[in-house]
Amino acid sequence: MKFERYGLGLIKGMTVTIQHLLRHPTVTQFPEQRLNISRRTRGNELIWSREKCTGCATCAKTCPQGAIEIVTATNLADNKYEVETYRVDTGYCIQCGLCVEACPYDALFMGYSFERAKYRRGDLVQTDDELLESPERPASAYFHPEIDEKLPKQTLLIDKIVEKRK
Amino acid sequence: MAIVDFIVQNQLPMQVVPPDWPGGYWWHWLFFTVVLIGFVLIMVMGVIYVERRGLGRMQSRLGPNRTGPFGLLQAVADAVKVLLKENIVPDKADKLVHWLAPVVAFVPVLMIFAVVPFQNGALLADLNIGILYVVAISSVATVGVFMAGWGSSNKYSLLGAMRNVAAVVSYEMPLVLAVLGVVLVAGSLSMNQIVLAQDIPYILFQPLGFLIFFAAGCAEINRSPFDLMEADQELVAGFHIEYSGMKFAMFYLVEYAEAIAIAAIITTLFLGGWRGPILPPWLWFIVKVIIVFFVMVWTRATFPRVRIDQLMALAWKFLFPLALINLFVTAIQVLVWPDALPWIVIIINFAIMGILILLWSKFFKLGWGRLEV
Amino acid sequence: MTTTEMMTLKTEPFVLNFGPVHPSTHGVYRMRATLDGEVILDIEPVVGYLHRGIEKLAEERTYSGFIPLTDRLDYISPMSNNLGYCLAVEKLAGIKVPERAEYLRVIMAELQRLANHCIAIGSFLNDTGAYYTPFMYAFREREKIIDLFDMVCGQRLTYNYMRIGGVSQDIPDEFLPALKKIVEGMSRWIDEYDFLLMQNEILLARTKGVGVLPRETAINCGISGPVARGSGVNWDLRKADPYSIYDRFEFDIPLGETGDCYDRYRVRVEEMRQSLRIIKQAMNDIPAGPVRADVPHLVRPPAGEAYAHIEAPKGELGYYLVSDNSIAPYRCHIRPTSLINLTALREMVKGWKVADLIAIFGSIDITMGEVDR
Repeated sequence: MKFERYGLGLIKGMTVTIQHLLRHPTVTQFPEQRLNISRRTRGNELIWSREKCTGCATCAKTCPQGAIEIVTATNLADNKYEVETYRVDTGYCIQCGLCVEACPYDALFMGYSFERAKYRRGDLVQTDDELLESPERPASAYFHPEIDEKLPKQTLLIDKIVEKRK
Repeated sequence: MAIVDFIVQNQLPMQVVPPDWPGGYWWHWLFFTVVLIGFVLIMVMGVIYVERRGLGRMQSRLGPNRTGPFGLLQAVADAVKVLLKENIVPDKADKLVHWLAPVVAFVPVLMIFAVVPFQNGALLADLNIGILYVVAISSVATVGVFMAGWGSSNKYSLLGAMRNVAAVVSYEMPLVLAVLGVVLVAGSLSMNQIVLAQDIPYILFQPLGFLIFFAAGCAEINRSPFDLMEADQELVAGFHIEYSGMKFAMFYLVEYAEAIAIAAIITTLFLGGWRGPILPPWLWFIVKVIIVFFVMVWTRATFPRVRIDQLMALAWKFLFPLALINLFVTAIQVLVWPDALPWIVIIINFAIMGILILLWSKFFKLGWGRLEV
Repeated sequence: MTTTEMMTLKTEPFVLNFGPVHPSTHGVYRMRATLDGEVILDIEPVVGYLHRGIEKLAEERTYSGFIPLTDRLDYISPMSNNLGYCLAVEKLAGIKVPERAEYLRVIMAELQRLANHCIAIGSFLNDTGAYYTPFMYAFREREKIIDLFDMVCGQRLTYNYMRIGGVSQDIPDEFLPALKKIVEGMSRWIDEYDFLLMQNEILLARTKGVGVLPRETAINCGISGPVARGSGVNWDLRKADPYSIYDRFEFDIPLGETGDCYDRYRVRVEEMRQSLRIIKQAMNDIPAGPVRADVPHLVRPPAGEAYAHIEAPKGELGYYLVSDNSIAPYRCHIRPTSLINLTALREMVKGWKVADLIAIFGSIDITMGEVDR
């Protein structure tokens, strides 16, 4: 150790910290103040559209984790091929979004919400109607640019700081 | 100069608190003991708040702000949490030493405050060797720390305790020498007399002494950048790694009480103690203590930690010779020109400080680096 | 002078475990250090606490299904991992990537380098003992970059953005203005770090000349990235073996001289500035057009093998793929940067103190996800 700069290096550092004391902090107080997340957020749930789904199971094949289970059956009366069960184990899901990307009929969406903690492991397995879109389960614009405009604009930290310093 | 004149002229008339206030030896004893314990506990909470909020803001975050208004009750919440926690003693620990260590560390720190004047004469015991008593007592806390390190039977805590002992033994030297400069100028060892002698705060007469005392004080009480004994990046928590529950809280208390003690001594020796215009003396004292503590927080927020060999080298090669020279120069000044104009002495002392720091920065390398193994 | 000559008491070295749970091992690395007091005689690394068998998992997944798992390798810089893997598959299958996608890949990879170096510098300075201040500042800058990644791919940590034959989605309209703001502001923020600690005497004392990795050793150990460049090895795959479109951009490769911790730190800061230069050029030249080649979801490359390597923020990251003309790789081997850079640690720390071990370890900048795979 040698005071090559006669202690000026120490003082320089101290000016930076004291400047930060007077600046506005960068953090956000989460539950009260919320930033808008990205429109393309891959939230931890999957949203499925029963109308659009044809039961081709491309999603299940693409899923790297094998979290999607799909059971289809032929409805002989209507001469239709329909989905009997669509089950997603969100506990296995790694939110990679490959299923949404692979779906040829745009029947899958990533969820926009992120507060989806459950008390039990079993609650993470979602089946059929639990997977449909609803006001509590908004869909994200990931690979669905058509719903881009419906979602609020993302808050960027860089904009936020520029605002505060004005 | 005008400012200092203003300060000197506007001081409240010094009311001397009689030595047995409020009436009788035992009442005095009881009253001040209770007040001191209360003062230390409340100030610890206060400075923990100052430290956490200050550090938070310096690090571009907020710090605790949920418990109570502005997070003022955070320290209380922490205390309650720590009280309710399980007390874990390691299986291989030396039970008695492990149990006794926090007490041994805490008591001397509390005892330091006995001679710190809050107002003219308002102190538990106006010892005529006050500052000597402080120096003697403050080292005892190290025994507690070493007991904690040894009694935990953990290699990390042992390393931390060894570092602490090494640091305290080395830094005692420049600390005492820096104090001696003040004592020479004031002409007394009594803390109250030192304050009374400070018409101009001694930080101006003894700038080098102040710097040395501040650095050595920080090293004694494990404040950054000398917090090697609890170095959380290296030794996880150092000597108190095996402590939990109330015993951990005691060490936490010791850490901050020591910081307050050093801040109080710096205030008393260098910043004019309780003296100041307009505000009542005890409030001045507390304000000054908090300002000194804030500087410690500030350095903690900025500096990296020194290494153990650099720590020792800084004490023996940098602070120790400077403190000796400072003492020598002060002695000459006091002896040869006792009636010199204060402003001339102040300018000379600042010049000497600058030259000495430049010289020592230029020519001395601290720490030896790598060893061949 | 050796340590044995200095000893007069009978002492013996002792073994201290650093990790797998230790605040400064950057995950679950474990070092069994043999110490002589504070001096490190030897260390024995223990890896494997985070082993997830990612290479084997690749054989169970389709070519595109493995991309999300590459995010989990070096989770500090997933974009670079994605890029390396996609380049390997494209090489194997002979896929041509559209122009716009190439530019986007470069922008993302360089932003990733900025984000990674933010963490590397922040945690390195934290390891030297600066109490979380540089760490918080670095994370603040990283956060701004993460915001951009969130905007384009919807996640903040596991981006999964690159695809075989391009990138997953085109950037939204608000991306380029925000990027422009970051590029403009970033150099100012980097200056702030410099001002905070670059000339701090304590940091210089703790890092200059500490943990020297000689040039020869660096080459012999196969070290790459900022660690090698800090030792003066002029080896940057962006220049040495240009992949993607790096040959179109102008940038310099910062080199260190001595190969100590300070050089590695300085090289990283300089690299951040160079990355900004690359982003600036790419941002201005980015053409319109498709961002993804017409590649089926189940890529079926012809039988054969391919090795693609990129200059990831931590060094050379390579993917070796063997195909048997099925939808999943027959074998996937990853040349991890961190593991190979870690091999030099033992040479670097011998003879230094415990505190230096942490600083040197921090200056290598490893991620356990990549070391153990």
